[in-house]
Amino acid sequence: MAFKDSAGVGLGFLPLGLAFGALVTQSGLPWWWAALSAAVVFGGSFEFLLIGMVVAAVPLAAIALSAFMVNVRHVFYALSFPLDRVIGRLGKAYSTFAMCDEAYALTTGEGARSWSGRRILWLQLLLHVYWAGSSTVGALLGSRILASVTGLDFALTALFTVLALDAVRDLRGDLPTPALALLSALAARLLFPGQMLPAAFTLFTTALLARHLTSRRKSSHA
Amino acid sequence: MPDTHYAVAAVLVAAAVTWGLRVLPFAALTPLRSSRTVQYLSTRMPAGVMVILLAYCLRDLPLTHTRALAPMAALAVTVGLHLWRRNALLSILGGTAVHVVLASTVFTR
Repeated sequence: MAFKDSAGVGLGFLPLGLAFGALVTQSGLPWWWAALSAAVVFGGSFEFLLIGMVVAAVPLAAIALSAFMVNVRHVFYALSFPLDRVIGRLGKAYSTFAMCDEAYALTTGEGARSWSGRRILWLQLLLHVYWAGSSTVGALLGSRILASVTGLDFALTALFTVLALDAVRDLRGDLPTPALALLSALAARLLFPGQMLPAAFTLFTTALLARHLTSRRKSSHA
Repeated sequence: MPDTHYAVAAVLVAAAVTWGLRVLPFAALTPLRSSRTVQYLSTRMPAGVMVILLAYCLRDLPLTHTRALAPMAALAVTVGLHLWRRNALLSILGGTAVHVVLASTVFTR
């Protein structure tokens, strides 16, 4: 069951992991570093940035700050990720550790409302294995085979395109929500280009709250 | 090649920060889950978050440059395939394949 849940999005991890692994060895880092990073950090978009920082030997404090800025979006996931269904301390610990964007998108979708904690954990474990496995393979094949292939990085864009389309469909015609998100992203890109993600999430959350408060006031007057 | 200890430490630091951001908010936010405002946010956030992440991926698209045509075409293929077949794997592989072919043949830098 979890295999089927994870198949679509999870297999989208494969080209991305291959690209990540190949980039690691092309940057002069050992192949096992790709495996270590993929297994232990498990945050795709930040791991791509981490390669450049490690090669440039930036201070650990700067790495911590960048990790915070890129991944601070996960704070918002706690509002809706179904952690309450996952049983046991160990299960909960792993579930939060492996709460990547894709796991969040799949488990908060409309079709996932009846999923058990077990099914959620299996899904997360499979996503984790796909990512770590494909990164390791990419690093081992490395420059030899993948050097001539450019543009694999689009897999991340395609992945978010698919997740966005599915999530918007679940809203059933609530188009102001994706419109507000898009406006927040554009405003953040223009006003805070260096901190686009945290700025966009903050703007979007504020806009949703404002919309909720005004619509509640309207309905209480009616 | 950077020092091995440093490269490993960099991974551990990034992992600790990332996990902290994933686990700590649950302690703070779980009591709020029954609130109507949080329920309102939680039904709408997944779609908005994915739209923002998609916009983030496209943030450096050089719109005035022909190089932008490869990702634009690949995006159109991904969206088209997904609206047509609703098969995530097909949409992702199709869009990525179009991008790889265009980026390594027609629109090389």
